Amino acid sequence: MADTGDRDLIAHLLRRTGFGPTSAEVDASAAGGYAATVERLLDWSGPDPADANPAPAFSPTPARRGLTTAQLQALARQRQADLTSLTTWWVRRMATSSHPLREKLTWFWHGHFATSVAKVQRVDLMAAQNATLRSMAGGNFPSLTLAIAKDPAMMIWLDTITDVAAHPNENFARECMELFTLGIGNYTENDVKDAARAFTGWKFNPLTGAFMVLPRQHDDGTKTVLGQTGVWGGEDVVRILTATDASARFVTSRLWSHFAYPVTPSDPVVVDLAAGFARDHDITGLTRAILLHPMFTSGTARTGLVKQPVEWVVGTARALGLTPATPTDIGALRALGEEPFAPPNVGGWPQNQYWLTTASMLTRLRLATLAAADVSDAALAPLTDAAPADRPSAAARLLSVPSWGAPTAAALASAAATPRRLLALALVSPEYTLA
Amino acid sequence: MPRTTRRRFLAGAAGLGAAAAAGYAARSPLERALGLGRQATTPPLTAAQPSSTATPGILVLVTLYGGNDGLNTVIPYGDAAYQGGRPGLAHAPNDVIRLDPTLGLHPALTGLKGLWDAHRLAIVLGVGYPDPNRSHFRSMDIWQSAVPETDEPTGWLGRWLDAQPRDPMRALGLGATLPLLLQGADVAASSIPTGRLAIPGGASQTSLFSSLETTYRGEGALAAMVAESGNDLLAVLHDVSTILSTSPSVSSPGNLEAPGPTTSVTGSASAPAAPAGGELGAQLDVVSRLIRGGAPTQVYSVSLGGFDTHAGERTTHDRLMAELDAALSGFLAGLAGSPAGERVVLATYSEFGRRVAANASGGTDHGTAAPLFVAGPRVKGGFYGSQPSLTDLDQGDLKYSTDFRAVYTTLIGDVLGTDPSKALNGKTFTPVPFL
Repeated sequence: MADTGDRDLIAHLLRRTGFGPTSAEVDASAAGGYAATVERLLDWSGPDPADANPAPAFSPTPARRGLTTAQLQALARQRQADLTSLTTWWVRRMATSSHPLREKLTWFWHGHFATSVAKVQRVDLMAAQNATLRSMAGGNFPSLTLAIAKDPAMMIWLDTITDVAAHPNENFARECMELFTLGIGNYTENDVKDAARAFTGWKFNPLTGAFMVLPRQHDDGTKTVLGQTGVWGGEDVVRILTATDASARFVTSRLWSHFAYPVTPSDPVVVDLAAGFARDHDITGLTRAILLHPMFTSGTARTGLVKQPVEWVVGTARALGLTPATPTDIGALRALGEEPFAPPNVGGWPQNQYWLTTASMLTRLRLATLAAADVSDAALAPLTDAAPADRPSAAARLLSVPSWGAPTAAALASAAATPRRLLALALVSPEYTLA
Repeated sequence: MPRTTRRRFLAGAAGLGAAAAAGYAARSPLERALGLGRQATTPPLTAAQPSSTATPGILVLVTLYGGNDGLNTVIPYGDAAYQGGRPGLAHAPNDVIRLDPTLGLHPALTGLKGLWDAHRLAIVLGVGYPDPNRSHFRSMDIWQSAVPETDEPTGWLGRWLDAQPRDPMRALGLGATLPLLLQGADVAASSIPTGRLAIPGGASQTSLFSSLETTYRGEGALAAMVAESGNDLLAVLHDVSTILSTSPSVSSPGNLEAPGPTTSVTGSASAPAAPAGGELGAQLDVVSRLIRGGAPTQVYSVSLGGFDTHAGERTTHDRLMAELDAALSGFLAGLAGSPAGERVVLATYSEFGRRVAANASGGTDHGTAAPLFVAGPRVKGGFYGSQPSLTDLDQGDLKYSTDFRAVYTTLIGDVLGTDPSKALNGKTFTPVPFL
């Protein structure tokens, strides 16, 4: 058995690369060591039992034109039911996949290329985008960006389908530079204007989702993007943007902020890691470099993130052996403001302080009380079997928290006679609230 | 870039000093939560009266999400371009509640007509901003940040909050998540749900939770912020619960024991038929009880969604107007006779209006300028600004005549009694003289 320090490091690694480990998973990985665990997390070649539960299939939504009010309302109810079904499927997959890092990266890319069903209005297209993000989550960044540029949900979300030669719509071109590839300050208004011209005429077949370019709506003139002039199409723009050092630094900063702690593209650790990413644009390689970087296991990283609601909700179910993705869980994500497929805007979900509102604290208190009531006697055994004085540390192990500060330990000790009460308190402690 | 609220943690003595300087109740959150300490027998309203201005107002801001159709709210009923551009959607001149020879209210706004007749309803016409954005998300961010030019991570009332002495009761958002408008650089408003407010598990669990959060002295600023949000929650819950326990509903449209709100991401058509006043009525019921009960809160934020009426607008919009009218007029009527109620100024807004011409689905697409309502005992009723022409259009949309930041200038300067320039990032606008 590895010593406590190694076990804490492994728990940190598993918390950040998945949706909450069980204590048994931490023990198993600790036995193999840190570097071997990183490699195992990055190897998605083995079968995934979660594949036995494939994504639900949805029909394309019929055109709304000409429908009666009653038909429109029926359509909206069906869409809400489909969305709940898709969300439940993904949350269950987060909890059950044997390749949690693939799901974590898929979740990261969902927040990076943030697309909301609130505007897209088609659940089938949200499901298709999710499949694209998953299949390319660890692949080549320029390829992923191009796939998302041609993704029907994205083309609705950022108005690419209304971007035509006669009236260019700059929405996608601008956000692609600002939020997806370069970051603000690394492009000009003229770059946006010319890039928007390059994406004109991009469409998709509404029934099959197949990408197409309508030549008569496409501007085939000369464009200048980041100083490069040519008869560019959208593919060229994505290639030019993603080939820059600015893009490598921007994407590295986003990924580092997701796994370790928030940074800007000029942070030394980003500059350090972006050099390698600029050479191959390989997401798996960058992820490996992040997880093996000395700063990833630093104190700054270990106290640098608040659990996002999906991490809190899914991780609590996993740690306590509760059925994942229940209607309560899905409602909790809505109440906490992190509903999958519905990011607040194209910037995705903010981090850390955003999750620390008074209302979200109250919601976590309620959920913690429910979870502590629902946990089975068997799953609670590590607490009930321990002597009351040892129950706070048993709770830390059960929840993969490294340790309690002295005041938290004291508060938990006052509840030690009632393990379920102790557990409810531990779930709202500052220590457990951190990622 | 991801938004962050950068909510500053006021640690140790510095925080206590700031809180004491603010006149904030000098009790521990534990004492407050348990109703203990020297103020237990004193109504909380006496705790934190602002000292700088004589009788500052209380601002109740009503956000209408989805883009309310301004032309079917304040209706240019005699304008041929209105009737001609909206076959089947325009309200017939004889159905409109006429306010003057050209403009009238939606037929359902009978309560607002009463306020108009009492000269307590101001209607600011043609409110918008330069280069209007037709994305819900971007345009709502512009209204909430009050910065049209760049992606600003703080809200206009959040920046106002930054400049005030710290008090978790100073600004309250009703709902689980905090809108951008209430997020400052250093401070965020508190948020409370309309559902149950009690901490589960009773007084003993509350006491344990309180000790868990108040004694936190562990590692890292983030964990300290978790503890701070727990402390704020305890303080807010205590004060809010104390006030609500002695301040009944006027007409009981809302019920604090009722289930909390659920949001639907698929828009208005899926929303079930709501009772009069509906969810907005429930939110405003809580606000009314807090105001009449003497809460020290200066800003309340409530909201109503479902205004994105692209198809079958008439049914949906008629229902929303009835709900809005019942909620607003019921709220203001219920404040009559309350000294604190005399200080209330209520303002509505939406991210944009809708196009002049109906679309082919019996709805309207995203537009630009729209009227907004300001109401309350202090308000000087009447029309302000000028109604935009329905024929002199910019890309099919109305040209704005009043900048929304001019309205904010009045709300900050004359309602909250503070210098508007900080909240408006140094820009100055001529106030709209509705107070």
